[in-house]
Amino acid sequence: MPAEPPVASPATLAEAYALLQAAPHRPMAGATDLLVQITGEIGTLPERVLDLWRLDELRGIRTANGALELGALTTYTEIRQSALCAAHAPGLVAAAATIGAEQIQQRGTLGGNVMNASPAGDTLPVLLAMDAELVIGGPVGERTVPAAAFWPAYRQTAVQPGELLVRVRLLLVEGRQVRFRKVGTRRAQAISKVVLALAWTAEASGGATTGATTGGTSAGVGNGATTGAWRDVRLALGSVAATPIRAAATEAILEGAQPTAETADRAIAALAAELQPIDDVRSTAAYRREVACRVLRRLLRDEGGW
Amino acid sequence: MSYHLTVNGVAFEVAAPGMRRLLDVLREDLGLTGTKEGCGEGECGACTVLLDGAVVDSCLVPLCQADGHDVRTVEGLAASGARADRVAAGRAMADRAPAIGPPPNSLPELAPLQKAFLERGGAQCGICTPGMLMAAEAFLASGAAPTDEAIRTAIAGNLCRCTGYTKIVESIALAAEWRAASSTGSTSSTASTGSTGA
Repeated sequence: MPAEPPVASPATLAEAYALLQAAPHRPMAGATDLLVQITGEIGTLPERVLDLWRLDELRGIRTANGALELGALTTYTEIRQSALCAAHAPGLVAAAATIGAEQIQQRGTLGGNVMNASPAGDTLPVLLAMDAELVIGGPVGERTVPAAAFWPAYRQTAVQPGELLVRVRLLLVEGRQVRFRKVGTRRAQAISKVVLALAWTAEASGGATTGATTGGTSAGVGNGATTGAWRDVRLALGSVAATPIRAAATEAILEGAQPTAETADRAIAALAAELQPIDDVRSTAAYRREVACRVLRRLLRDEGGW
Repeated sequence: MSYHLTVNGVAFEVAAPGMRRLLDVLREDLGLTGTKEGCGEGECGACTVLLDGAVVDSCLVPLCQADGHDVRTVEGLAASGARADRVAAGRAMADRAPAIGPPPNSLPELAPLQKAFLERGGAQCGICTPGMLMAAEAFLASGAAPTDEAIRTAIAGNLCRCTGYTKIVESIALAAEWRAASSTGSTSSTASTGSTGA
């Protein structure tokens, strides 16, 4: 049988912090990553495990303070079944639906995905694209870190020893659109080769001619396109770098633009230039770059109606 | 440290490390070897069981997270499966268990779902079958319309290297058909579980 390190299952968050202060523990949410690592003897065996599963303080989906708040222990199944998520974070629902299959979705958690910090974590581009705020708790209180600053390096997070991720906040932004796409080997049970999320807020149609760096063509409104210029564009990708990333140069092209074919040409040229993926067991750098560009092009085509 | 869980309706107290996989608890501690280990990493679904009615990979659930919860395994599908469980209970708790009924002297009555797998050839080598049955059981219990797409989605987390899936999908569809017939008050004897006649 696999190794069975000692585990503590605190009933309250305060107890959990006390245990963390007394000795280093590896936090465990739904165990769908940790037990794979232990059984597969991947990485260092944790000396002690802190089972978070009984901490109902880390559960629940609600709207509060202008945001959709999801407890760190929210499972993918709960996200898929949540009316609040459907209304305020359909991109997150779409991501949750692509993770593993039902067996994983019943146990795997949003907080676990964030803290496992895999560059292929499927919800992470959504959190980046939605400017998520990650709330970290500790014995002395809470602090909030924006998603853009949460994953500083490969498999690292902003959470310090003694702290726990407690919830994820997604600010409610009127009119914001979010799209999610994942390319893997198959539809279920596949780790992504490329995963991306695109978010923007469209101005009222026709009101975006000044200041917007749209291309010079008169087809700026597109064939049947109904949206105005895009604002606050966020393009986030996974599986193409050591961490989930924002594609800043591509965002700059899309900012203030409309989803025309001409915009798409410029955006994918920018994306091809700024992505630096690697060859590994799941895919090649060339494939990842090509597919990321193709997926973005299709997204823009769908939105522009061309 | 000991943990309490219910398996196929029988309460167990298991004295084992909290990080022991539910899969190992079932197979090694409780002697319920119907649940199989395939990949051991949540990819294949061979070890699928129901935890409070939800499909989970038992290789990815630590015992400490099953504490106080209700588990169903493939042994719990057949009508007299619970009796076999009592035998397992006797083995696991021999030093504390009171009198336990005699071992079953006849094969249990298979559940309609199992009969459907037999009838449609839904099992070949058999390694995926216990997990496939439990994923199918959860799907049937959900009451979802048994379309081809819905069935395939329900077993998307269960790999089979023999059947090509078609026979499995047909088996689940047949079980759903029987279930619908019996729930509409029909007296279809094919679907009878014989729940009291063992």
